Amino acid sequence: MSADAATELRIVGFLCNWCSYGGADTAGVGRFQQPTDLRIIRVPCSGRIDPLFVVKSLVNGADGVLVSGCHPRDCHYSEGNFYARRRLEALKSFLPILGIDERRFEYTWVSASEGQKWKTVVEKFTERIHELGPARKINAEMLAEAKAMFATV
Amino acid sequence: MKIGVFVCHCGSNIAGTVDVAKVAEEARKLPDVAFASDTMYACSEPGQDGIIEAIKEHNLDGVVVASCTPRMHEPTFRRTVERAGLNKYMFEMANIREHVSWIGKDKEANTRKAIDLVAMAAAKLTNDRGLTAKSFEINKRVMVIGGGVAGIQAALDCADGGLEVILVEKTSSIGGKMSKLDKTFPTVDCSSCILGPKMVDIAQHPNITLYAHAEVDDIQGYVGNYEITVNKKATYVDWEACTGCGVCTEKCPSKKSKDVFNEEIGFTTAINIPFPQAIPKKATIDPDFCRKLTSGKCGVCEKICPTKAIQFEQQDEKVAESVGAIIVATGYDLFDYTRYGEYGGGRYADVITSLQYERLLSASGPTGGHIKRPSDGKEPKNVVFIQCVGSRDKSVGRPYCSGFCCMYTAKQAILTKDHLPESQSYVFYMDIRAPGKMYDEFTRRAMEEYGTRYVRGRVSMIYPMGDKLIVRGADTLMGTQVEVEADLVVLAVGAEAAKGAPQLAEKLRISYDSYGFYMESHPKLRPVETNTAGVYLAGSCQGPKDIPQSVGQGSAAASKVLTLFSKDQLESDPQISEVNIKRCVGCGKCIETCPFGAIEEMDFRGEKKAKVIETICQGCGICTSTCPQGAIQLQHFTDNQILAEVNVLCQQTLQQSFE
Repeated sequence: MSADAATELRIVGFLCNWCSYGGADTAGVGRFQQPTDLRIIRVPCSGRIDPLFVVKSLVNGADGVLVSGCHPRDCHYSEGNFYARRRLEALKSFLPILGIDERRFEYTWVSASEGQKWKTVVEKFTERIHELGPARKINAEMLAEAKAMFATV
Repeated sequence: MKIGVFVCHCGSNIAGTVDVAKVAEEARKLPDVAFASDTMYACSEPGQDGIIEAIKEHNLDGVVVASCTPRMHEPTFRRTVERAGLNKYMFEMANIREHVSWIGKDKEANTRKAIDLVAMAAAKLTNDRGLTAKSFEINKRVMVIGGGVAGIQAALDCADGGLEVILVEKTSSIGGKMSKLDKTFPTVDCSSCILGPKMVDIAQHPNITLYAHAEVDDIQGYVGNYEITVNKKATYVDWEACTGCGVCTEKCPSKKSKDVFNEEIGFTTAINIPFPQAIPKKATIDPDFCRKLTSGKCGVCEKICPTKAIQFEQQDEKVAESVGAIIVATGYDLFDYTRYGEYGGGRYADVITSLQYERLLSASGPTGGHIKRPSDGKEPKNVVFIQCVGSRDKSVGRPYCSGFCCMYTAKQAILTKDHLPESQSYVFYMDIRAPGKMYDEFTRRAMEEYGTRYVRGRVSMIYPMGDKLIVRGADTLMGTQVEVEADLVVLAVGAEAAKGAPQLAEKLRISYDSYGFYMESHPKLRPVETNTAGVYLAGSCQGPKDIPQSVGQGSAAASKVLTLFSKDQLESDPQISEVNIKRCVGCGKCIETCPFGAIEEMDFRGEKKAKVIETICQGCGICTSTCPQGAIQLQHFTDNQILAEVNVLCQQTLQQSFE
């Protein structure tokens, strides 16, 4: 099941059901070819995305996380995407503190009709993640180091 | 837990670029998966029967189907598992068509991705639990927004079906674009003669409340129970008292008000009734031109009105209405023809739009049905029609075909010959698109019987010479340049989304495309539904349509509402938030963030706790990601369920790195 590291990286997408997931569907219906690295998790609204999900993905080895919702003012739930924007913007500034390159995380607005835009978003983000290369994975050495740190506290 | 996985071939749609047998084989290795197979068409009857059989044979607790997007067939498969005796929420879908097979050509990579998606779905399913829907009462009233022919048809069908209908129209009369037309293609029957009776039916129907000169201000609520605020704009006339006698319009000294009904060819009085057959036939004052309202002098209408209906002090009024469903029929606007500078629209008086020409042809129009040039009032001899003005033109951002321009141009060419037998019509066209019943025959008649000269090619420019206009263009069939001396040029303007359409969409929480047309739920199979339950589309707000299509869609939307209202109670979606009382600390953050006011405070053994109002919760989950305690969880999208998917995708790399 593991991806071939040389060709494919692990990108997790969190997409709102109404706009961006629909946009990804539209891209599919339009047969817009895209890189295969991204796997999409469907959520009802971008406002449902807990920054924890993004952090958990990145800490657990995702090479990139892409969040996409409805355009501002176009949310199926009135204002979910505004909550998402605040939380994700805050998250962005926290990622470096956690030792995560914030370029590995991106959030966008794509509507259900924007199949072409979705293709571009996926292509660009995948390209960026490939440029950054695989994320540093937690290994035995790092764990030992962390344990040592705890021991000194 | 015992999970069954079904990987769909979708013919060659999926199997062509995904090794479905391999996906099923890998699925079998997943924890909790008791059964996995590939199937030709999972959504077909044998496909669904196969799922039911497998559930019974293997005693499955949940099902994963890897096929198309859940936005397409999730309800289908939920019903399938329900038929097999499972709870319909013990079902997950992996989208391996739109998100895999259709967007990637590399079979190996696609297969890997499909395996991952199946594993994610299975992991989520292990965290799923059965949910039960609750029932709630529905308000069997419907609001129709827009009083054009589509809205009229929808309102009449609903009202005849016994529903109470509220029709909201922005302008001071219903009728829409159709009421401005002289004749309709391909039958050349009089537009107002076929629309007029329907308009009267609206006015007289006991089940219909008409708010003309009104707009929808605010929409709250959900399917079955919408709360809508309608803003009735000030007309400065008491419509209860006004009888539409028209005495005021005769005496009004201010005659510079825009004649919107006649497409602004000429002017009208500041107090006016838009046209003789208007419904409601009531006078309205244009506050920008009324001398009493602008300068405090005049007030003639007030003095002569026999029913004392004039109310200069009238203010906008807000009315609250509760309905169970909404039909949106807000129509379209015409392309701004002045954007084609080379055609001189707006600069040359004798370059007019097709709808303005329609008013010139109409017996109830400003010229009494005589075709006169706007510049000097003379009868034109050569009339040139230019098609695709604001259609099929990427350079002005209108790459789509407006659909009806070819036909109305043919109609206008025929009518021109009827009105002026000595005249000659020319039509510059790109293609003739006449796909309706009797449509192609009709355009042929325009050419063969009425001698209209069709020239295939674009017009490059129009310039004046004396009192004529020289139309210079190409004839691409002859391969030559052509010049026509025209007395009148009619631009067949295309359709675009109505102004303010996105703003209304935001209030309705429905999607619109990049041009502003409203998006249907599915372009083929759900053409009048939107993604918001209880909101339906009719007519050109969804895309350019001719009259038969608009009427058809109006009736279709009405039938959808009648179907929705055929039950006394609706089942609520159980995918809503639920509070874990033990975890809730009563901080109230969820109450503050909920956009629908669906969470309230309650007292639980002397402690403050949050409580979800089930009928109001829409299932967005904003509260869940707000709650610092994880106490309020959106059912079917709980933290554990989403993190299960994350773990399948990302934990692996962690585990590998431990080795």
